[in-house]
Amino acid sequence: MKLPRTTRLRAAAAGSLALAGALVLGACGSDDNTGGAASTGGGAQAAAGDVQCAGSGELLASGSSAQKNAVDQWVADFQSACPDITVNYKATGSGAGIQEFLQGKTGFAGSDSALKPEEVQASKKVCKDGEAINIPMLGGPIAIGYNVDGVDDLVLDADVVGQIFGGSITTWNDPAIADLNPDADLPDTKIQPVHRSDESGTTDNFTQYLAAAAQDTWPHEPGKKWPVQGGQAADGSSGVSSQVTQTDGAISYFELSYATASDIDTVKLDTGASEPVEATSENASKAIAAAKVTGTGKDLAMKLDYTTDSAGAYPLTLLTYEIACDTGNNRDNLDKVKSFLGYTASEAGQSKLSQLGYAPLPAEIAGKVRTTVESLS
Amino acid sequence: MSAPPVADRGDAFAIHQPRLPRWAPAGVAVAAAAAAVAVGLGAGLASRVQWGLIAAVLFVAGLYAVSARAEGARKAKDRLATSLVWGAFLLAVIPLASLVWETVRQGVKVLDGYFLTHSMNGVVAIAPGGGIYHALLGTIEQVALATVIATPIGLLTGVYLVEYGRGRLAKAVTFFVDVMTGIPSIVAGLFVLSVWIMGLGFGYSGLAGSFALAILMMPIVVRSTEEMLKLVPNELREASYALGVPKWKTILQVVLPTSIGGITTGVMLAVARITGETAPLLLLVFGNPAINDNPFEGAQASLPLYIYEQWANGNNASYDRAWAAALVLIVFVMLLNLLARLIARFKAPKTGR
Amino acid sequence: MSTDTDIRTPAPPPPEAPREPGRRRSATRLGDRVFAGLSKGSGITLLVIMGAIAAFLAYRAALALSKNEGNFLTTFEWNANAQPPVFGIAVLAFGTVVSSVIAMVIAVPIAVGIALFITHYAPRRLAAPLAYVIDLLAAVPSIVYGLWGALFLVPHLVGPYEWLDDLLGWTVVFSYDGGAPRSLMTAGILLAIMILPIITNVSREVFRQSPQTHQEAALALGATRWEVIRTTVLPFGRSGVISASMLGLGRALGETMAVATVLSPSAILSAKVLEPGGGTFAQNIASAFKEAGEFGRDALIASGLVLFVITLLVNGAARLIIARRKEYSGANA
Repeated sequence: MKLPRTTRLRAAAAGSLALAGALVLGACGSDDNTGGAASTGGGAQAAAGDVQCAGSGELLASGSSAQKNAVDQWVADFQSACPDITVNYKATGSGAGIQEFLQGKTGFAGSDSALKPEEVQASKKVCKDGEAINIPMLGGPIAIGYNVDGVDDLVLDADVVGQIFGGSITTWNDPAIADLNPDADLPDTKIQPVHRSDESGTTDNFTQYLAAAAQDTWPHEPGKKWPVQGGQAADGSSGVSSQVTQTDGAISYFELSYATASDIDTVKLDTGASEPVEATSENASKAIAAAKVTGTGKDLAMKLDYTTDSAGAYPLTLLTYEIACDTGNNRDNLDKVKSFLGYTASEAGQSKLSQLGYAPLPAEIAGKVRTTVESLS
Repeated sequence: MSAPPVADRGDAFAIHQPRLPRWAPAGVAVAAAAAAVAVGLGAGLASRVQWGLIAAVLFVAGLYAVSARAEGARKAKDRLATSLVWGAFLLAVIPLASLVWETVRQGVKVLDGYFLTHSMNGVVAIAPGGGIYHALLGTIEQVALATVIATPIGLLTGVYLVEYGRGRLAKAVTFFVDVMTGIPSIVAGLFVLSVWIMGLGFGYSGLAGSFALAILMMPIVVRSTEEMLKLVPNELREASYALGVPKWKTILQVVLPTSIGGITTGVMLAVARITGETAPLLLLVFGNPAINDNPFEGAQASLPLYIYEQWANGNNASYDRAWAAALVLIVFVMLLNLLARLIARFKAPKTGR
Repeated sequence: MSTDTDIRTPAPPPPEAPREPGRRRSATRLGDRVFAGLSKGSGITLLVIMGAIAAFLAYRAALALSKNEGNFLTTFEWNANAQPPVFGIAVLAFGTVVSSVIAMVIAVPIAVGIALFITHYAPRRLAAPLAYVIDLLAAVPSIVYGLWGALFLVPHLVGPYEWLDDLLGWTVVFSYDGGAPRSLMTAGILLAIMILPIITNVSREVFRQSPQTHQEAALALGATRWEVIRTTVLPFGRSGVISASMLGLGRALGETMAVATVLSPSAILSAKVLEPGGGTFAQNIASAFKEAGEFGRDALIASGLVLFVITLLVNGAARLIIARRKEYSGANA
């Protein structure tokens, strides 16, 4: 019988190694996607003018998924102006983003709610001689998207929204809905409220709004976790919005950009103003303009008024903060963080927002933000 | 459609037994289909699936009844079993065929050279464009690392069990290798997370993912090595010993080379298996839209994770990318499988039996 | 050949190496000792890894459990990041068991059917390629099943579920009132489709090995094909089918992506398996992980430990069954 020799073993091993090596090294991939239809703004070059590109290498960041669509766009534009810097923003959710930032794993975090006092306390470990601060970067209306056959214009008020999501209104032709929409042809489809199954800043803002504006019909405490058990749920804003597109009779809450991306109809809110207010970035900006800065020092935490009835202000709005250290940022990251946040706060950066369904910061606040970003150290 | 060949051969002996003519099953099938259409139309059932189900039930029941009357209970049971076995086959083929068909149909939409050679760097999630190069690269590196870690340990453990293993230790190893085969991949991910990332404070990296993949791979390699070594005829070992070759050299130069084909096949099947693992990578490699060719440092992408991320983006452009990536992943895994089987066929050990 | 299956052929014990002749004794001994040590060391490494998995998971789990304000076994909700943390595995354990049981109930009979089809019913020209294709399908990654399940299967299950509701809605278990069917049932169906090829492969292998002589003897006695299968093939293959099913069950219990993509998770425990809600261990880990802080991760690890223990028990039980059955089945003959 013929005995194969060890050389065969070696040959096989060498062969498989060579194969793997060829696959890894031989093919040439590219990070450059500017040639494709990647940029919806189409103005990547236009932005290049006032971008400062200090630093190089990778900037890791994570947090709010509410701002993902905006950050994607910012990253695309920023990187085409600063090819030496790669920004990797992962939409893990605000809570995880803050955690990872506090552990020193990321350069900055994105969060839909301001830092809690104990988180600020914890940040003293990662920020040498300083602490973490909230830097508001963009606002966004939380749209209440729905999918009802034959209805493309729907007005609701906070109380009715509370009853729908609380489960006490169960069909679309309920009198409470019909009263607000005398002209609509409401079917008797069952209402399928879809909520976030993961913890999220969007849920936090939505339940805060309900707790403030629908005190009579919404008994639950606000929080990141959806308080009512049962019903349809999905992960992430993208998850709930895709459920709405797939399910007849569904209604859910997510950032306007997700509604725009999937062509979902959104609810107009009857706030007590003369006209029902539509979820648009303009109307959200009006609500943000009325907000007060409650942070002290460099911290720019803000408080929104959910019960506002001023004309055209869409009260169901969230504000997303970028979180970084006021002083004591990681040396390797500092320049990159300042360049990137400097770009996002700049007029060019902010101007990208409204076409994506977000609300740019009002000029006064944007000015403060730019000063703050400039002063990071 | 199912004239059983064995029963046909019995024709010569069928003198004493009444038998249904060969066209009987087909006849019952037609009748059942007609009845189902009638019921469906009559009751106004909208779903064609329901029509099909009614027809199937009518066919099975009808054939059993006819056969029981004409041929007796035993024959009827035989026919019933035949129908059910065919039914099981058809029932299973539908979803599995649909899975493959759907992946191919949806996957080819955006699958092109650009898709294979570009990353997702700077691509807005809701817009079309981008590709999977970074993810493919990440997966290949992670899997290669896992293979480098798992193969020696798995191979040597297999050698130990077959050539040296005696007593308690060997029994314990055998048992725990069996058990290890059943570890859910997410548990392996949690383990590496708790030790490497939370315990030792390392960051997310391709290497962390490789550790989890290696844990999943080891028992498979052990098992296939074991099986292959057992197939090596003892005469070979004895002949080698008779020539005064020490045991370790016998193993290295006689036993392993003889079974190398089978072992390679086992390793490649294990590689194919871990290539598609998503859950542990979700916890360990972070994901990355840009190319990172260093698996030892920094967040990396991976192909299965990429599919999950694109699915989670929840819009049509992302779904297209997810399908295309799924197609690439399936093709990749299938190629590994086919290659493994080819090696198995051409390098099968000569058992001498 | 079988990959990660467990049909073991009893091997002749390898002969002991003879005593070495004197001249190169020391070098030989050294080589033998090193090599034996290496291979023994690898075996021990595997044991150590298993031990480490159990130890580290237990350590982390203990950290989490000491601060849990709820009862870990009976609490429904999973609020590990809340202050104070409240989390429990009641819903997850229920969902894991229910979805796996559904998967087994659907997959095992069908898989046995297909295996019989390939070995005893299909025309020979069809059987070989078919076996091959099903072999390959067993290798399709679970994320692909998940993607297909979420985007194709879920929308297509509305009709069948409504029908099921019409026919069996009165049982409560099968009641369904519209909405996306992202339920434990859907997860169970998807898991069934996923483990079908795995169970089929092993069962087929066993059926193929069932002694030809027995079958021919039964045929000679005038048995019909079904009687041949019932009296010779099935008894012979029973332990193989059981171990194949256990293998499938292990996969179903620990499957993450295929469940995470088709289930609408929420902390309710309901017998209505067609209605959305519920969760499984693995699915909960995957979807709660990204929002979890340090403590939340510990809590998830605690649930992972439970899953680990459950799969250990299932696997251990399978090994015992096989070991005991082997003595009677004549598989060694």
